[in-house]
Amino acid sequence: MTRTLPAQSGASVYDRLELLLPLVSKPIQYVGGELNATLKEWESTTVRWAIMYPDAYEVGAPNQGVQILYEVLNERDDVLAERTYAVWPDLEALMREHSVPQFTVDGHRAVGDFDVFGLSFSTELGYTNMLTAIDLAGLPLLAVDRDETHPIIVAGGHAAFNPEPIADIIDAAVLGDGEEAVLLITDIVRAWKQGGRPGGREGLLLDLARTGVIYVPAFYDVTYLDDGRIQRVAPNRPDVPWRVRKHTLMDLDAWPYPKAPLVPLAETVHERMSVEIFRGCTRGCRFCQAGMITRPVRERSITGIAAMVEAGLQKTGYEEVGLLSLSSADHSEIADIARNLADRYEDTQTSLSLPSTRVDAFNVDLANELSRNGRRSGLTFAPEGGSERMRRVINKMVNEEDLIRTVTTAYAAGWRSVKLYFMCGLPTETDEDILQIATLAREVIKAGRSATGRNDIRCTVSIGGFVPKPHTPFQWAAQLDHESTDARLFKLRDAIRADRQYGKAIGLRYHDGKPGIVEGLLSRGDRRVGKVILQAWRDGARFDGWSEHFSYERWMLAASKAFEGASVDVDWFTIRERERAEVLPWDHLDSGLDAEWLWEDWQASLDEVAVEDCRWTPCFDCGVCDQMETEIQVGPTGITNLPMPAMPARPPVLA
Amino acid sequence: MAYSAGFSPHPKISYANSAPTGVASEAEYVEIGVTVECDPDRMRTALDEALPQGLDVVEVVQARTSDFVQRLEASSWQFEVPGVSLEVLAGCVEALLAAATIEVERLTKSGLRRFDARVAVVTMSAVGAHDAPLTSVAADCAILTAVVRHVTPSVRPDDVLAALRRVADLVPPVPPRVTRLAQGPLNPVTATVGDPFAPDRSA
Repeated sequence: MTRTLPAQSGASVYDRLELLLPLVSKPIQYVGGELNATLKEWESTTVRWAIMYPDAYEVGAPNQGVQILYEVLNERDDVLAERTYAVWPDLEALMREHSVPQFTVDGHRAVGDFDVFGLSFSTELGYTNMLTAIDLAGLPLLAVDRDETHPIIVAGGHAAFNPEPIADIIDAAVLGDGEEAVLLITDIVRAWKQGGRPGGREGLLLDLARTGVIYVPAFYDVTYLDDGRIQRVAPNRPDVPWRVRKHTLMDLDAWPYPKAPLVPLAETVHERMSVEIFRGCTRGCRFCQAGMITRPVRERSITGIAAMVEAGLQKTGYEEVGLLSLSSADHSEIADIARNLADRYEDTQTSLSLPSTRVDAFNVDLANELSRNGRRSGLTFAPEGGSERMRRVINKMVNEEDLIRTVTTAYAAGWRSVKLYFMCGLPTETDEDILQIATLAREVIKAGRSATGRNDIRCTVSIGGFVPKPHTPFQWAAQLDHESTDARLFKLRDAIRADRQYGKAIGLRYHDGKPGIVEGLLSRGDRRVGKVILQAWRDGARFDGWSEHFSYERWMLAASKAFEGASVDVDWFTIRERERAEVLPWDHLDSGLDAEWLWEDWQASLDEVAVEDCRWTPCFDCGVCDQMETEIQVGPTGITNLPMPAMPARPPVLA
Repeated sequence: MAYSAGFSPHPKISYANSAPTGVASEAEYVEIGVTVECDPDRMRTALDEALPQGLDVVEVVQARTSDFVQRLEASSWQFEVPGVSLEVLAGCVEALLAAATIEVERLTKSGLRRFDARVAVVTMSAVGAHDAPLTSVAADCAILTAVVRHVTPSVRPDDVLAALRRVADLVPPVPPRVTRLAQGPLNPVTATVGDPFAPDRSA
C-alpha cells in the first residue's frame, strides 16, 4: 500500500514560543544558537532526525552520546539532525495552553515533523520525560496508535538493553554504540521514503527488524506463566530474528567525534570539553552494567586523543578537558598521555581532568601530573564495598592496606580531601559490612593526619542504594528493600557521628532507598511495567531523577492501580531473587555476554571468588568477542612522545 | 584575553549593566581585558564570528580610562504594545508623567521589594508604529519610548510597565516586546542618551 502523504513542513514555531519565554525560568535553555550547532535547510534533506536527551537542557546539552550522533548525522548531506530536551513543568503548562508543540532547539521545529525521533536513555528515570515529549509533540503515546505521518520513535542508551517497560511506547530500540546504528537506520528510512513507503509504517519497521540489530518490540509476543514469570518471547513475523544483537564500534580513531563540541550559552552541569579515551571496561565489577554491556575494551590511541584535544579546544575555547571513559586510569598509554598533555598546556589556562576512581597509587600519580599548577582540592576513590568480603563479592579487588596506602600518598602529595564511593544493599551484605565503612574512613583520616601532620584533612563518604541491572551477574539478585537500605545507612551515620576523635573530619552523603526501588522496577521490569509508567506520568510524574520532582508515593499508587488483579507487583520485580531457569525480560536482547558465564559469575560472587581482567590475563570466556566478532583493541602504540610544540604565545590574528 | 590572578583564574570580562532576561537590546557593552594590545577592528570581526546569529559586535574601542560603567547613566527603551490604541497609550503616559512617585513591587533574591519607579523615568512618549525608532515593528502596535535613569534599585522595563499598570490600569493582552535602544551618559538638557565611547574616541 502506498499513499501520498502531506509533506511535513518543518516550520519554526519560535514566534509562538518566544511569547512564552519571558514567563518561564531560565528561558535561555530553549533558544539554541550554541557555538558549533548545525542548522540545515529542511527542504534540502531527505532523512530528518530529532534527537532527545530526556532531561533538562542543563543536563542533556553536555551529553556526549547526543553530541556524537548529532554530528555524525549532520555530516551526511541529505540528513538533518536537531536536538530537543525535556522542558520544565512551567513551560510545559504554557505550551499546552498555547498549543506550542515539543520543539527542537536548533530550528525550533515541531518534533512531530521529523522522520525519526531518537531518545538516548542513560537512565530509566527519563521515561516519564519521554512521555511528556511525545504528548507535547502531538503524537499518540502508544506505538500501536501511530501511523506513517508520525516519526518512528527509537530508544538508545544503556537503558535500551532492557526496553521492555517502554515496549508499547517506542517503535524500536538500538543496543550498543550508536554511530553506525543511526546511519543504518537513516539508510533504511531513506530507501523506504524514496521507494514510496512500501508497506507503510509496518513495512519500515520490518525493514529495520530484519537487520537483526534493531529491536522492534511489536514484532515479539510475550507470554506468561500463571505465577507471573515469562513463559516465552517469540517473534511474530517471518524473518524477524529470535535475538537482537548489540552494536559495537571498532577502531575509535576512525570516529573522532564530537569533532566540534557544542558550547552552550546556558549554564550546564559540565562546563568543559570531553574526549572519550576508550570505550568498554573489563574490570568485571559485578554490579556495573556499563562495564558488562560495553565490552570489549577499545582504546583511542595517544595520537588520536591528542589530536581530538587540540582540535576541540581550537573549535570551542573551553578551558577544561575531561579525559572520559569508564575507568580512565586504565588506558594502556595513560601515563604518556597525561605527561604529554600536561606539558603541552602548562602555562595556559587549559586544565585537564581525569575522572578516575581507581584505588591505587598510580591514580594519585596521574592526578598529581594533571594538577601541576597546584590546585589539589579533592580526589575520589571508589572501593564500592564497605568490607573486604563485600569487595570480593562484587569483584572490586582492593584490600584495606592498598586503600590506606593510596590515600596516604594522596594526602602526602598535598590533596586535602578524599572522597570515597560506596554502595549499600549489595547481595549478601549485612549491617556489619556497611559499618566497616565507618572504620575504614576513620583509618583514612588517621593515616592522613600522621602522613601530613595536619588536622584539616577530610574524607567524604558518598553512598547510594544498589540497583541490580540487566545483563550483569547481579541480574538475578534480590534488591534490598528501601526500609532496610535506610536503616543500614542510619546505622552508618550514627557510627560516624559517635566517633569523637575522627567523626568531625568525615562527611557522609547518602541517598535514601526509595528512588532506587522505582529505578529497580524500571530496570528489570517487563512489558507489564509499561502500564505503571503511563499511570505515573498521567498522575504527574516528571523529571524523576530530580529529588524535588520525584514522588515515591505517586509511583507506588500508580503501580497499585496498574497491577490491580495481576499476579505481580513492585516487590516481585525488585526484591525477589530470580532462579536460573526463569526467562528474563531481556533474554532475547543479546549483549554478547554468555548467559552461562553470567550465571557462573553470579555463583562465584556468592562464593566470594574474584575474576581477573582479560586485558592482562587470558580470556575468561564472557562470550562477547566470540558472539559479536569483536576484539580487544588496546595499546600501547609505542609512541610515547607526541610532536607537540608549546602553545604559540598568542594567536597572531588579533595582534 | 587576560585572566585574574589567584587560585582559580577567571577571564577578565565584565558585562556592564546588562539588559534583563527576555528583553532585546541594540546597546550592550562588555569590557574585556587583554594581555597584548590588539587591533580593535580585527578583534571585532573575530568576536563577531564566534557569536551566535543575532548577537552582533558593532564596535570595539580601546578603553582609555577605567570608569566605563559610570558613564552608563541612562537607557532609552522602546516598548511595542500590541492590542492597545495610541490614544489609550498616550493617556497612560500622561498619567505616569503626572505622578510624583509610583510604588512598584518586584521579587528579588532577598524577597519582595517595594520602590519608586517614577523617579527613574526621565522622559516618556507614545507614538504610532510608523514613528517607531526601530523599523521591525508590527503595523498595529502602539509604541512607547522612554529614557530611564540607572538608579538603585534598578528600574527595569518590567517595573516601568508595572508603574503604568498602577497609575493607568494598562494591561496589554500580550506582554510587550521591549528593546533597549541606547545607553550612555544622560544629557540633562535634552534628556537624551549620549555615546559612552566618546571619551575613548577623543583620547
